[in-house]
Amino acid sequence: MHIHAYEKLWLALSIVLILALIGTVTYGAVGPGVAMVADSQSTVDPGALDEDDRFSEPRVEQVGENEYEAYVVAYQFGFEPTPIVVPANSTVTLHITSRDVIHGFGVAGTSANAMAVPGEVSEITVETDEPTEYGIVCNEYCGAGHHVMEGKINVVSQSEFEDRGGDSE
Amino acid sequence: MSAAIESEPTFVDKFPDEARVVRAAFMSSFFALLLGAIFGIIQTLHRTDVARIIPSTDYYTVLTAHGVFMVISFTIFFLVGLFTWALTRSLDRPLLNIKITWTWYGLMAAGMTLTGISILAGFVDSIDMSADVLYTFYAPLQAHPLFYAGLTVFIVGTWIAGADWFRTFLAWRSEHPDERIPLQTFMVLTTMTMWYIASSAVAASVLLFLLPWSLGFIDQVNPTLTRTLFWFFGHPVVYFWLMPAYMLWYTVLPKIAGGRLFSDPLARVVFVLFVLLSTPVGIHHQYLDPGIAEGFKFISMTNTMFLLLPSLLTAFTVVASVEYGARQRGGTGLLGWLTNLPWRKPEFTGMMLAGLMFAAGGFSGMVNAGMNINYLIHNTLWVPGHFHLTVGTAVALTMMAGTYWIWPQISNKPIFSSQIGLFQVVLWFIGMALMSNAMHAQGLLGVPRRTAEPEYSGFDYPTMFGGFEELNIQIAIGGTLLFVSTILFLGNLALTMGNPTVSGLAEPLPSPVSGAEDAPKVLDNLRLWVGIALTLVVLAYALPIAAIINRGGLLGPGVGTYPVWVAPLFDALADAATPLLAAITDASGSLLEVVR
Repeated sequence: MHIHAYEKLWLALSIVLILALIGTVTYGAVGPGVAMVADSQSTVDPGALDEDDRFSEPRVEQVGENEYEAYVVAYQFGFEPTPIVVPANSTVTLHITSRDVIHGFGVAGTSANAMAVPGEVSEITVETDEPTEYGIVCNEYCGAGHHVMEGKINVVSQSEFEDRGGDSE
Repeated sequence: MSAAIESEPTFVDKFPDEARVVRAAFMSSFFALLLGAIFGIIQTLHRTDVARIIPSTDYYTVLTAHGVFMVISFTIFFLVGLFTWALTRSLDRPLLNIKITWTWYGLMAAGMTLTGISILAGFVDSIDMSADVLYTFYAPLQAHPLFYAGLTVFIVGTWIAGADWFRTFLAWRSEHPDERIPLQTFMVLTTMTMWYIASSAVAASVLLFLLPWSLGFIDQVNPTLTRTLFWFFGHPVVYFWLMPAYMLWYTVLPKIAGGRLFSDPLARVVFVLFVLLSTPVGIHHQYLDPGIAEGFKFISMTNTMFLLLPSLLTAFTVVASVEYGARQRGGTGLLGWLTNLPWRKPEFTGMMLAGLMFAAGGFSGMVNAGMNINYLIHNTLWVPGHFHLTVGTAVALTMMAGTYWIWPQISNKPIFSSQIGLFQVVLWFIGMALMSNAMHAQGLLGVPRRTAEPEYSGFDYPTMFGGFEELNIQIAIGGTLLFVSTILFLGNLALTMGNPTVSGLAEPLPSPVSGAEDAPKVLDNLRLWVGIALTLVVLAYALPIAAIINRGGLLGPGVGTYPVWVAPLFDALADAATPLLAAITDASGSLLEVVR
């Protein structure tokens, strides 16, 4: 098979590009430690969330110094808790599930994004910085009221967070 | 024009029966394009809040119709028409039995009619039927059973089409035992091989889970499992849309440019790579799904990146073939040859612009495939921005441009107006440039896809590349130009059909510069490629699917049913009989209505 010299060069450059793209993802995983939503959490019965330790009470709780865990339930057509109140300059691990259909959990304008699938739990960890507010959108079609499904993350100062009793209910 | 050229037969002269099938398939395709375009303009103007003629709850009926009619009916009906032409033309023999050919066409048309009825009934409150589940029909959202049943019949039709082409090829093979598979036939056979592998999963999902569930035979399904089976099919299907465009770029575009395909062997390599790599990548649509291990996502990502290779090779070969054509026409210089190309022909300019946009779509696709940066854009408007460059332009514009070339071959009627055609393809390019660019930009702001009202009460989007409102205007203008372009295309074609038939339109395709004799024989060994493709699929999917079933159960972890089609009539029936009986009655009643 005859392959033109330019075509060989193009082929080589293409393979370099592909390997470089795979390289960036690999570097992201092992270098800065970008973690994927995966199978780290055990399954849950979406019909009996009130009997589940994690989701019977959607909430934010402190688990260490500057470390917090949030348990979020998506449903037709909203999120619980709302707003999700977290302190500034902290590490927050979000656990997200759905009690009915598949929803999305996207923090607008950021890369904090996960699917909310009934029966499964998405886990993502984010770092907060200054106090601000973020909108949460359901970014997976979930029924006729999909466009009204929104939530909010309020990042507040440490002192305000403590004033609220450390919980976002 | 010399007598020799005038006496050259066109496709319809040689194969009138097959040409009739090709025209019928194209007509079905363009009817779907018309419907898809109407729903497209409604949704563009609704989403951007320029004009809202429907309530927002009906937006999802519009969106389902736009998606299904465009990417299932328009693309696949065009494919079966083009492939029937290509196989018959390149084997230079008629199909084995034209009755079988009409049978699969009839099945596809009937199936799509059923599915279309189930979707459009969503607009009519008095009809107890709806399928607002969008093109991806993720459970536990549930459509009317007719939606799933229609899709099944349609896909069975495509399977019989593939069998029809394979049987005709085998008949040719017994008459020509030592010849290489003609290039276009090779493209048909490899693409259909990929399609059989890919569509098996969605068929399993529909027949084992979704259809029985919508009929009430089973109570629940595993949403992650049906979603995974959907994407097993849902990624390779994009190559099923793309391969007709590739066939036109490889075998017709060089001819229009005045030259010949640069390399037949590399075209074969590209199609083989698609057979191997199209399917074991679907999990890249599920990077953000819980319940699937990171390692499986990584395998899918790697395969996806290698899938860039055949498209990068295509970029080289197609440009090289066009340059060869330009130089044959007297073109010189490093870039000066570009002026020696037939830019006034809509079939040429349309395909070239489609190819240019495909390159842009390829780059946004690399972002989608990037497992970590994907978090920024997953399910945002960036994603439809991406696929309106790929399926919405690389495929759709190539199909329209290709029609300007192929329609005279299958009908002996010259195109009504090349000028309108040229204007139309350029208009598509401009409209899509506006719309797609603004969709990508809104996606980066976090604006979600698939929503009737992307502005929210509780927060505003950050401003980056122009504000949300300004981008909305770009989307609305772009969408309007695309709608006008579609109407011009369809109008031009309708007027073409009114033209009298003439002779002398034949445009035979030249053989490549580097022909099939240069291609290693192993490339034609389809059994080998099927074996490797299946191995890769098993490697990519066996463990994830086993893990999903192990975690959630075959029929799901207690997930409910969320029909979008239940209405008062159903409730009344449910009171009288068991829900199961009610569902069956309802479904068969609807079927009967359609049969009548």
